[in-house]
Amino acid sequence: MNRPALRKYVNPQFLSDLPEGPCYDAGHLVTVNAGWRTRKPVLDSEACTGCYICYMNCPEGVIFKSDDKVDIDYDFCKGCGICANGCPKDAIVMIREGEA
Amino acid sequence: MGQRAFLCGNEAVAEGVRLSAPHVIAAYPITPQTVVVERLAEMVEDGSVKAEFMHVESEHSALSASMGASAVGARTFSSTSSQGLVYMAECLHYASGGRFPIVMMNANRSLALPWSIYGDHRDSMSLLDCGWIQVYTEDAQESLDMVLQAYAIAEHPEVLTPVMINLDGFVLTHTYELVDIPAWEQAREFLPPYETVNKLDFDAPKNMAFSSNPGNNLEFKLRQHRGMLRAKELIAETDGRFQAIFGRSYGGLTEAYRCDDAELIVVSVGSVTGTCRTVADELRNEGWKVGVLKIRFMRPFPEEEIIAALRNAKAVAVLDKDISFGYEGTVFTNVNSALSKAGAEILKLNFIGGLGGRDISKDHIREMYRRLQDGLDGIAQENVQYLGLGVAIDERG
Repeated sequence: MNRPALRKYVNPQFLSDLPEGPCYDAGHLVTVNAGWRTRKPVLDSEACTGCYICYMNCPEGVIFKSDDKVDIDYDFCKGCGICANGCPKDAIVMIREGEA
Repeated sequence: MGQRAFLCGNEAVAEGVRLSAPHVIAAYPITPQTVVVERLAEMVEDGSVKAEFMHVESEHSALSASMGASAVGARTFSSTSSQGLVYMAECLHYASGGRFPIVMMNANRSLALPWSIYGDHRDSMSLLDCGWIQVYTEDAQESLDMVLQAYAIAEHPEVLTPVMINLDGFVLTHTYELVDIPAWEQAREFLPPYETVNKLDFDAPKNMAFSSNPGNNLEFKLRQHRGMLRAKELIAETDGRFQAIFGRSYGGLTEAYRCDDAELIVVSVGSVTGTCRTVADELRNEGWKVGVLKIRFMRPFPEEEIIAALRNAKAVAVLDKDISFGYEGTVFTNVNSALSKAGAEILKLNFIGGLGGRDISKDHIREMYRRLQDGLDGIAQENVQYLGLGVAIDERG
């Protein structure tokens, strides 16, 4: 599984540096999305059984497999809470940004 | 070898589409375009066109579906007319901005209200700025041939711009003529498969049809504009390549008829040009120095060709089957702009006629030439005149 990765944005110098039409390589990320969040998911790795439902549910693809369990890429998590809502073990809780 | 058949304009377009080997056809029937949809549906049914025929519930959906198909790299065809064209107006801009090289036939028909199913150019002319290449054909043969040429132009990697092929409703869509249908092999030689990197592809995933911010929107639009301008060079080039294979040529963005030494020139668009040529021949026999300039492409606009053909004339009449309400005919506005920029100090008159399917007769065309001569002789002329107006204009009208 490819993890989201930042690339440096290079300002185009010439018209031909722009793509021909609004179409460009997918996954070309030049900025993180962390600032979108008001709440963030926090994982209790003791309670996590590694069922990967959250991994399947995450619309942003920012939950990744880690040592038979999961971890969260906070650079790109937008804080939607779908992972917490779908976790059968309540191993993910949403907490306010800045509270932990 | 190809074959010859007695076809109407709509059927000729359907044959052109068959020979273009599209992957997807998405269209909604509307008078006077319906026959295209019917023929293509039959061709898909009997297997002579190996395409998906998408049955959609509206014109808006027809063009939306076409864009979806084009986004996976499929060669896509649609067709519409009049109210259908303006119903898909939102999608027209989407398709051109998204650089989807869709080819679509439009059967030129008046717009409501008053309701009318008959032909004029108000539908396509009112959408001149939607970013589509617009070509107007004169007969069924040209209509068939332009489908093949349209894909070659639209799909060129430096153009990637959709093409609207305009046929005069009924006058061209429903009249029959003998048409050469090229052989499948010839069509393959002329038109290679559509190849693009701008497509949804599991092996090379793309973000498509994304948004832009104020910092780069102008640059995207400028590239789009330059794609259309690039088509200018390509149109004549494509026509030359077409002639080498099929033996027929249409000459590019305009077609000048007896204009070289002409003092009075009528500028026309579409199927009425044939009548204009006949009148020009008659007047030539009577000693008048007259010519006809047909504009084939309204976008990209053939500014240079128009200036070259008209600047040595003494007077020019632009025939519009269209009114831009509150101003004048749209073709006139464009021609006048080109001539004014070139500093051509000649008499220019705008004649509006043929609205809602009204016939433009030989007498009307003679009248245009006569009004030009009157103007040169010092008889004051209204800048905009109406052909075949059945009533006198009074103060209360």
